[in-house]
Order: sequence, then C-alpha cells, then structure tokens
Amino acid sequence: MASRAPTLAADLSLRGRPAARSLWSEAFRRFRRHRLAAFGAVVLVFMVAAVLVGPFVYRVPIDEIDFKAKLQGPSWAHPLGTDDLGQDLLARILYGGRISLAVGIAAMLIAVTIGVSVGAAAGHFGGTTDHTLMRLTDLFLSLPQLPLLLLIVYLFRDALKKVLGPEAGIFIMIVVVIGGLRWMPVARLVRAQFLSLREKEFVEAARSLGAPALRQVARHILPNALGPVIVAGTIDVAAAIIAESSLSFLGLGFPPDIPTWGRILFDAKDNLDFAPHWAVFPGTAIFLTVLSINYIGDGLRDALDPRKVLGQ
Amino acid sequence: MFKYVIRRLLIAVPVLAGISLVLFTILALAPGDPFEELATNPNVPREVAQALRKQFGLDDPVMVRYVRWFGSMAQGDWGFSFVSRVNVSTLILQRLPTSLFVLGTAQLLGILIALPIGTLSAVRPYSLFDQVATTLAFVGFSLPTFFTGILFILFFSIYLDWLPFIYRADIGAAGWRWWWEHARQAIMPVAVLGLFQGAALTRFVRSAVLEVIRLDYINTARAKGLSERVTVVKHAVRNALIPVVTLVALQIPTIFTGAVITEQIFRVPGIGSLLISSILANDTPVIMAITFVFSGLVVLFNLLADILYGWLDPRITYR
Repeated sequence: MASRAPTLAADLSLRGRPAARSLWSEAFRRFRRHRLAAFGAVVLVFMVAAVLVGPFVYRVPIDEIDFKAKLQGPSWAHPLGTDDLGQDLLARILYGGRISLAVGIAAMLIAVTIGVSVGAAAGHFGGTTDHTLMRLTDLFLSLPQLPLLLLIVYLFRDALKKVLGPEAGIFIMIVVVIGGLRWMPVARLVRAQFLSLREKEFVEAARSLGAPALRQVARHILPNALGPVIVAGTIDVAAAIIAESSLSFLGLGFPPDIPTWGRILFDAKDNLDFAPHWAVFPGTAIFLTVLSINYIGDGLRDALDPRKVLGQ
Repeated sequence: MFKYVIRRLLIAVPVLAGISLVLFTILALAPGDPFEELATNPNVPREVAQALRKQFGLDDPVMVRYVRWFGSMAQGDWGFSFVSRVNVSTLILQRLPTSLFVLGTAQLLGILIALPIGTLSAVRPYSLFDQVATTLAFVGFSLPTFFTGILFILFFSIYLDWLPFIYRADIGAAGWRWWWEHARQAIMPVAVLGLFQGAALTRFVRSAVLEVIRLDYINTARAKGLSERVTVVKHAVRNALIPVVTLVALQIPTIFTGAVITEQIFRVPGIGSLLISSILANDTPVIMAITFVFSGLVVLFNLLADILYGWLDPRITYR
C-alpha cells in the first residue's frame, strides 16, 4: 500500500498539469468573449503604454513655466492645453499617470498580501485565531475610509517627509494607508474559500500523503482560492486610484510639484469657468482608467468563476 | 424584537470602543505633540506649558490617557477647537444637520433610482433596457464623485447657468423663496452623490433579483395566476432586498467618502468640509472628533440595517 502512494501522487500531478494549463486558456478565451472587458483591457494597455513610453516620446518638460501661453485650450503646441502657469498639460498628465497607476498597483499588492495572510490564517487555524481575526476584519470594515485616511495623512505627513523626502515619503504613506484600509474583502473571501476547500477530498489526500501544513496551503488550497482574489485585486487597483485622486483632489495628497491626476484636478477646479479643459482631461484619464479596470474585473469574474466553467 | 435591538445595541458598544482604540492609537503613534502650538508659543512660559501638560495629563501612560479620553468622549466632552475656541461638540452639531440632510436625500435618490431600474433589468435580463442600464450603472460607478461634481458645475452652473455652485447656509429670503433657493442649491450635491450611490446599488439590486427570479416559488406564484406585477414586487423584490440591505450597510463607509468630497466641491457647510478646513488649520481636536463622529454614524447605520434586515427576513430569529 505504502509503495503505491508515490505513483498515485506522480500520476495525479501528471494528470493535473495539462488540465491546469487548459483551465487558464479556457479562462482567457472566456475573458476575450466578454467584449467590454476586452475593450477595457485594450484601453488600459494603451494608457499604461502611454504613461510609460509617452514621456520619452513627448519630451516637453512638466514644469516649464510660460506665462505667455497660460490657460490655453488644446493647440498644436500644447495638445491638451496649458494650466495657469503655462505648463503643458499633456506632459503633466502623462507623468501624473505613472504615479496614479503605481499607487493603484502598489496599494492593491499591499491589500491583497494582508488580506490573503489574514484570511488564510483565520481559515487555516480556525478557533480563537479565526474569531479574533474576523472581529478585527469587521472592525476595519466599519472604519470610515476617507476621514481616517485624511487623519493619518494629517498626523504623519511632516514626519515622513523629513525621513524619506517629499515624494517617496508621501508615496509610501499613501500606498500603505490605502492598502491597509482595503484588505478586508480579500480576507473574507480567502477565509471562506479556505473553510470550504480544506474539507475537499484533494486536500485531504494531500494531508494523508503527509504534506506539511504550509505545503497544503501554498500548493493545494491557495491556488484554488485564487480566482476571487484576482477579481477583488483588480477592483482594488481602481479603488486605490480613486482614493489617491480623492486625497490629491482635496489638496492633501501629493505636493503641487508632483502632478498626479487628482492634484491637477485640484489645481483646476477654481478655474472651471475659463479653462474647462484643464479639469476635463485629467478627469477623463481617471474615469477611463477606472472604468476599464472595473470592466476587466467584471470580465475576470466571469472568466474565473468555476461554476460557469462547469456549466458549459 | 425589542430584545434583538437591545442585543444589537450592546454589540455596537465594543465596536465603538474598538474604533476609538484604533483612532487613539493612531494619534498616540503620531510624531509631534498635539499641543505643540502651546509649547512653541513664545508668550507661554515654559513652566506654564509644563503645568498645562500636567493638568491635561499628557505625560501619563498611554493606557491611562486612552481611558480618560474615551471616558470624556462618551460623556460628550469633546474638547475645544484650537482655531475657533468653541466647544467641538457645538461646532459639529452646527454642521451635522446639513450633512445628514444632503446624505439622506442622496441616499434616498440612489434607492429610488436603483430599485426600479435594477428590478426591471433583472426581470428582462440581456434585453436592450438591461444592457443600457447595466452600462450606465457601470459608468456611473466608475465616475469618481469629484469628477462628476466638476462636470455638473461646468454644465449646469457655467454653461447653462441654471444652478448655483456654492451652497449657502444663510439665504436672505423667507417663505417659498427660501425653500426654492434651498432646493436649487441642494440639487447638484444631492444628484452627484445620489447618482453614484444609485449606480452602485443598481448592480446589487439587479443581481439580487436575478438570483431569486429563477426560483421555484416565483414560478408557483405565476402558475397560480398572480399578475406579473404582484409576482415581481411582492414575491421577488421583497426577498431580493434582504442581501441588498447587507450590501447597503457595507457601502456606508463609502458614502461618507463621497460626502466629504461633494461637500468640499460645492462648499456645503457640513462636517465633511469642516474636516478638511480643520486639517488645513491643524485643528487636532476637531479632526479627531469628526473622524469619531463618522465612525459612530457608520456603526449607527449598520445597526439600523441589522434591524431592517430582521424586519425584512422573518426567518431571522431575534435571539
């Protein structure tokens, strides 16, 4: 009996491989069929490419002040117009997009890391650990995000600026705080997945084959819990971008010399009557990014939902 | 029912204590002294500053300070504003009604939009109406409130010149005129918040109704000859609302985010804009108190949602 176990395991892993690959290609096929999600992916790829490559191609400095050309609408010299100091808006939006997207992705990674750890710990250990962690999750869920974000920014802003410099200090603080306030849905999802998955036969098989707890979790349970986490993570990127823009829009995010999209809107909002383009372009950039990320999340939800895979 | 409410109330107390602990920890961890203003003021001699510190117990251990702070917060003693030299509670009570009015109306508008549209979408899934509604909901949900606010101002105040874009608490008019001016200035903030809420809610309502509309008891209702209207409204929607109430409760912290931003855009004199101006003026007691009030409102509305949940779903036993 004992000698059969390894062959069975080898057999299983052999059979598991091609099936796993086709599962992802199947998911990709289903994602492509969701027309709006595919469209969102195209828009997002375009935005990311523009933001990454754009500043190398469009070599206008973001802080060149030219009072003769201030508050101009779109023209050949300034495709998206200029602000009240005559700075080129296209260059500023391209540069700001890097920061907005970086904040979104970094905050998402933090939220997902905390969420997966908390959820996995709660789901795996159960008992008192589970109870305590879930109470903590509930507590965090009832914290009002923006006011708390504002409170933390207010209290820690100056100290971090001194230690890490204005740009890095604010970036790290914003990312950590946004990520630290958005992990709860992921934790709940992961915990629920763990509770149902750890009773499944394949996990029991791994357990009876003597897999240590860490391997059970990392190799067998987590990959199967990944679908909803990917979806939640995608939505989190959009939410983090909005959170950062909101902060900057209130004038409490990045300093004025770092033109994130929200910051440009903040500067623009008092000049709406004579320079509407100044607000409309960065606002549209935020809107398009968030919309396409949300559609991608929607498409992924359809593509990764195992119930739907089984149903077809 | 009464016992259930009491039980919920008792659960809310530790949650509030937990929130206050989080807030106090943040404040205690923060670098710099909240009373720095006094310490750096050259008109205040060192000894006086030290005596003041002693009087306010600033050098006591953290736990002692927390218990004292929570105790006085619970008794309604929220301290003085550094800037305007009035009681924080007076300041907040002045602003709170405006905030609650705008928030409440917006939430009502959101529900009035979401319920019929979400239900109609779910009753005829993938029809033209459903596709248009779902797309609009997605767009509305992805439009950040600060951008919608700016677009509204651009269109309704600047281009059409129909609505004022500054909210005034002191309108120099009486009678009908006063009501009219109030309604006019509230339209944009309420619409911005309400449409955003409505868009998010429409998606919830649609998927919730979609879940129940396929169930057997709906077929039974149709088979026994009930009209489509009664089937949908009385049988499907009422059951679909149960998960929606939970989701609405979970959404509440997000509503406050939108409220702070809309109040700032339209200069609504509520607690959201008070929070921003206090941050700009380094008014720590007011900032702490407002964050606490927001948390308290979240707990309160969660409580209401729980009670509503119990009323909607008779299967819940009031233990």
